[in-house]
Amino acid sequence: MSNDNNPFNILGSDKVPQEGGQAVTEENKSGDLNERIASLIKSSDIFLFMKGNPQMPQCGFSANVIGILNAMNAKYSTFDILTDMDIRQGVKVYSNWPTFPQLYVKGQLIGGNDIIMEMYEAGELEQVLNS
Amino acid sequence: MVEFTTVENLIKTHLEDAVVRVTDLTGTMDHLGIMIISDAFEGKILIQQHQMIMDILREKLDSNEIHAVQLKTLTKAKAQAQGVLNE
Repeated sequence: MSNDNNPFNILGSDKVPQEGGQAVTEENKSGDLNERIASLIKSSDIFLFMKGNPQMPQCGFSANVIGILNAMNAKYSTFDILTDMDIRQGVKVYSNWPTFPQLYVKGQLIGGNDIIMEMYEAGELEQVLNS
Repeated sequence: MVEFTTVENLIKTHLEDAVVRVTDLTGTMDHLGIMIISDAFEGKILIQQHQMIMDILREKLDSNEIHAVQLKTLTKAKAQAQGVLNE
């Protein structure tokens, strides 16, 4: 299908959006909180702490970042912070960042919705994801 | 609720070269749009630039004087390229 005919291509990407997100859960919750968080982030080069999951985001900002990642055909993993209050509070301290969603690339926090939008529009996000 | 000059001065005590513009996003003076232009951002990625400002504003946010902020951080070169700084 030509991209011009794709009514879902609201972000104007030159690629057809693909659902590349995989929601993950923890196998072992017994360790130190910071180690649990670090091992989640390490589980994928592109990792998103969000509300809900890629198929059903529970917050407009999370949905927006999912839309951008899918528009870029990114392969990424997500964790639903609404399912775990320890992780939810712990990540804020771990990253020194107070809100969700939070996008990590190769272990480095890249930003929340505002920053991801700004970087996407400036073409900088693609460079970071492909780095 | 917070005086905009308080926010401007607070940021300028940490980043001396900063140009700061504060706007009221909701009419209640506690949801602020803040644009900060400073060469202290040079070489830092966007999230690190925002974290520098959030650290400066932490007390005001914790005390609820400020509820929420929307930040725009720029180096002087970037601000000039985008036409928001005419010097």
